[in-house]
Amino acid sequence: MRREPLLFERSESANSGWYRADGDMPDTPPEELLPSRYLRRERAALPEVSELEVVRHFTRLSQLNFCIDTHFYPLGSCTMKYNPKVNEKAAQLPGLTQMHPFAPESASQGSLQLLNELQQLLCEICGMSAFSLHAAAGAQGELAGILIARAYHQSRGETRRQIVIPDTAHGTNPASAHLGGYQVVTVKSNARGRTDLSALREAVTDQTALFMLTNPNTLGLFEDDIIEIAEIVHERGALLYLDGANLNALVGVVRPGDLGFDILHLNTHKTFSTPHGGGGPGAGPVGVAAHLAQYLPGWVVERSEDVFRLKRPERSIGLLRAFFGSVGVLVRAYSYIRALGAEGLRRNTEGAVISANYLRILLSSVFRLYVDEPCMHECVLSALAQKKRGARALDVGKRLLDYGFHPPTTYFPLIVEEALMVEPTESETKETLDAFVQALQAIDAEINSNPEVVQTSPHSMPVGRLDEVRAAREPILKWTPQMSISGARNTASVG
Amino acid sequence: MDWVGASQTDQRRMMDVIGVQSADDLLRDIPNQIDGLLDIGPGMSETRLLRHLASLASRNEPVAPGRCFLGAGAYEHAIPSAIDALVSRGEFLTAYTPYQPEASQGTLTATFEFQSMICQITGMDVANASMYDGASAMAEAALLALRQTRRRRIAVSGAVHPQWREVLQTYVSGLGDEIVEISQSDGVTSLELCQTAIDSETACLIVQQPNFFGHLEDLRDLAEIAHASGALLVVACNPVSLGLLASPGEVGADIAVGDCQPLGVALNYGGPYAGFFSVRENLVRQMPGRLAGMAWDSSGQRGFTLTLQTREQHIRRERATSNICTNQALLALTATVYLALAGRSGFQEIAQQNLIRAHYCADKLQNIPGVTLAFDAPFFNEFTLKLPCLALEAVNRMRERGWWAGLDLGQFDAGLRDCLLVAVTETKTRDDIDSYCQDIAEVLK
Amino acid sequence: MTDLNDYRFTETHEWVHLREDGLFYVGITDHAQEEITDIVFVDLPESGRVVNAGDELLLVDSVKASFSIYAPVSGTVERSNEALANSPELVNSSPYEDGWLVALKPSDTADTDSLMTHDQYLAFVESQQ
Repeated sequence: MRREPLLFERSESANSGWYRADGDMPDTPPEELLPSRYLRRERAALPEVSELEVVRHFTRLSQLNFCIDTHFYPLGSCTMKYNPKVNEKAAQLPGLTQMHPFAPESASQGSLQLLNELQQLLCEICGMSAFSLHAAAGAQGELAGILIARAYHQSRGETRRQIVIPDTAHGTNPASAHLGGYQVVTVKSNARGRTDLSALREAVTDQTALFMLTNPNTLGLFEDDIIEIAEIVHERGALLYLDGANLNALVGVVRPGDLGFDILHLNTHKTFSTPHGGGGPGAGPVGVAAHLAQYLPGWVVERSEDVFRLKRPERSIGLLRAFFGSVGVLVRAYSYIRALGAEGLRRNTEGAVISANYLRILLSSVFRLYVDEPCMHECVLSALAQKKRGARALDVGKRLLDYGFHPPTTYFPLIVEEALMVEPTESETKETLDAFVQALQAIDAEINSNPEVVQTSPHSMPVGRLDEVRAAREPILKWTPQMSISGARNTASVG
Repeated sequence: MDWVGASQTDQRRMMDVIGVQSADDLLRDIPNQIDGLLDIGPGMSETRLLRHLASLASRNEPVAPGRCFLGAGAYEHAIPSAIDALVSRGEFLTAYTPYQPEASQGTLTATFEFQSMICQITGMDVANASMYDGASAMAEAALLALRQTRRRRIAVSGAVHPQWREVLQTYVSGLGDEIVEISQSDGVTSLELCQTAIDSETACLIVQQPNFFGHLEDLRDLAEIAHASGALLVVACNPVSLGLLASPGEVGADIAVGDCQPLGVALNYGGPYAGFFSVRENLVRQMPGRLAGMAWDSSGQRGFTLTLQTREQHIRRERATSNICTNQALLALTATVYLALAGRSGFQEIAQQNLIRAHYCADKLQNIPGVTLAFDAPFFNEFTLKLPCLALEAVNRMRERGWWAGLDLGQFDAGLRDCLLVAVTETKTRDDIDSYCQDIAEVLK
Repeated sequence: MTDLNDYRFTETHEWVHLREDGLFYVGITDHAQEEITDIVFVDLPESGRVVNAGDELLLVDSVKASFSIYAPVSGTVERSNEALANSPELVNSSPYEDGWLVALKPSDTADTDSLMTHDQYLAFVESQQ
């Protein structure tokens, strides 16, 4: 496999540096403008290569990635749907990109109108009363939701100390609860993979500030006791929070606000097709019921007649990041929702649910279903039988790479042994789904005939399995000038 | 318009396999369903959608070339053309978080380069793969200091960007730790007040370089004061300034954070930008966020992988160092490409041009009767101007002439209502600056 | 082979051993290290921390998981095994000797009577399979 060295490892080019000063100014040395104690002693040791070398380097690097534009990416819980190109065009409009965040409202009416409309759209889609578009991502939205709950309880003279979270929850839920200053109380799932109501009744007390629920949950199952759950939570004076990570299963079918949720965040980079960008940026709009609107973070955009204004909610929990929000991301979400309209959004949801159930039926002949019931937008299977035959969920996932598919999410949710969590999204054709099933069937057969080929996979990627144990025990987290290209450290074994 | 992959015929076939008549059969356990359709109107064709968006965009007044002297945390810098060409590639844009290293060497290698470059410019030992923005990175730095020192108080300079201070406040509010604000004196953090405010209960001192007023802090003195009490020094810095200014690592900072926006990221009305986060070696286990590390496969091939992941929320849950999951990978890539294109000498040259042009502009402005620099302290590419009138008035009158003249500081501090914060980057030509100064002189008449 | 007759064991897979210096040494069992797989980091507690039997004492990390280790007896952390900072793999290679985690100064109420002997522990592990 061809190696792409780090830019730091390339020889220096004579024609380096993209920047050229225009020469319209005297070349005053910095020492004449600043006392020397403020100046750095050595230049930062950045690579010194030509523009062409930079372009080739990053183009080649890009070719080492799997991505939605090239591969099926059935990552459960991540909603890797197609990212329509029209969104990119929308987000690149100079009238939007070249807006300074401190531009006065009167100069920003176009952006403000778009953001106001997006707030309205999300309110209608989610059945909430108000939205803040401020949070930079889902986890920041969670923190906002938790601080809103805190402010709400404080306004009622109550100090509640606990947040209840199901054992199937995303890791961000307990991490955000901790950051919000709360103790985490975990509630178990029942045999049907849903919140156990009697366990919930015990867990939710007058100390509970919030119950954080993902619905459909991370098993891809709709929490069909949701009305009763909402009653239990509200009876004890707590609030009900929706982790909107799985909203792609609900849009146009049911509105979380109509199910009793008081606060929710959603992930535009899941439900509303904004690109993941290799890990970000996202955006985490936060929606609330009417009585909580005054606590929203950041700014909301208000409309009076045809004028749009920024407003800080009266008792806002504050800012979570500088400036209004990740507007470039929000423009893409807006573009997506407007392109689809009410019917398109509903068709999306139905498509996602049909595709997931189709895979559920076909894959249940290969893997054990954790809960053998219709699922929503994703399904969770277990490779426990495969493990007994010599290949773990991890191995199955890695082998899929050789067949040209990104692996599903593995080992999550934590309550499922050898979990494979498959989320096809609405974007894929039947042909692709069939090919994916065939690949998994072939891998399953390989586990019998040639387990080693599965255990040591992938065999066709830029690198094989990396020694992650060594990477964690002796972390190398940056390039240093002493580093050689191949290094003497090439004796690592499979991790 | 929609982007559903399967045809209706294929969907019917799939439903036959599932054993249902319609999608409704799969959704029937859901109570309180919408009766009919959402009230958001019909979809749009691509043509109509783009026309609609263009009409919204046309209601904005974007930054015009050469006319924007407004900064205050978001700066108009030159953006190399190669950035858009590379960062918009689908292979980067539509990839997920690189949890599968074999299928993500592009993102991971670029992340490793980002971490390496941030270490080079900040002079710190370890940098992570990015945070949401500079402000939240600064707040996370404070949380790190609280964990590391097991103390409960944070000292923050009043010369730190007011929005960043507010973010700090929000992040700390849940945990109930105390924040002490240290006032500025003559545009920089008061060393005297630092001495009295920082004691053995203080987890860290947070300062900004250059600070909100554009002026330069004496970081060596501040480091000494913080360290004398066992507190950490957190420096929030503008990365472009590091082409010239002493690096946080060089002057004794324990944590250096900042916002990558000046490194090739469009203004975009406030985001998305990207935070960087770098620390001394001894703090690496306490870091928030993702880290890419070097690793080898069984054939000796070098690669990169996410590492030290047990710090993170998906593994440690409530014991994680942070709740951050999604970060700003694509913007970190933007900054990486920017720094690669600039190169060692270019990075210095860009900083130098900022310095020269800002000083040229400040000198010229001070020739206008009644106009002075509000503070004497040295500055980089931004400075605070004291006007003979309300800054807001000057801003409005300049806007009529097509200028974003700067930021009226009165909105943050009533005592500074005659103060205008002016940013001058390498994008301003001598003609731009001359004509800006002339118009300021005229509107003040 | 280490003589494990004087070691006592918990159901959460820790061992405790009173040594000549009067301190209770604490570690994890061979079975536990096998289940955890390659240990890449041990988050050692600071000296002086007071723990009750059953309290979380520290965390042990593999590449993709983090495990809580609980105090088998009540006491004060006298010292931690500093060698693990650079060589966490000692817990894998020598769980009962070089890979000890923490030495506790027992509190007055510390007792090991309720803990299992090695044979009892092996039977317990067997019953859990």
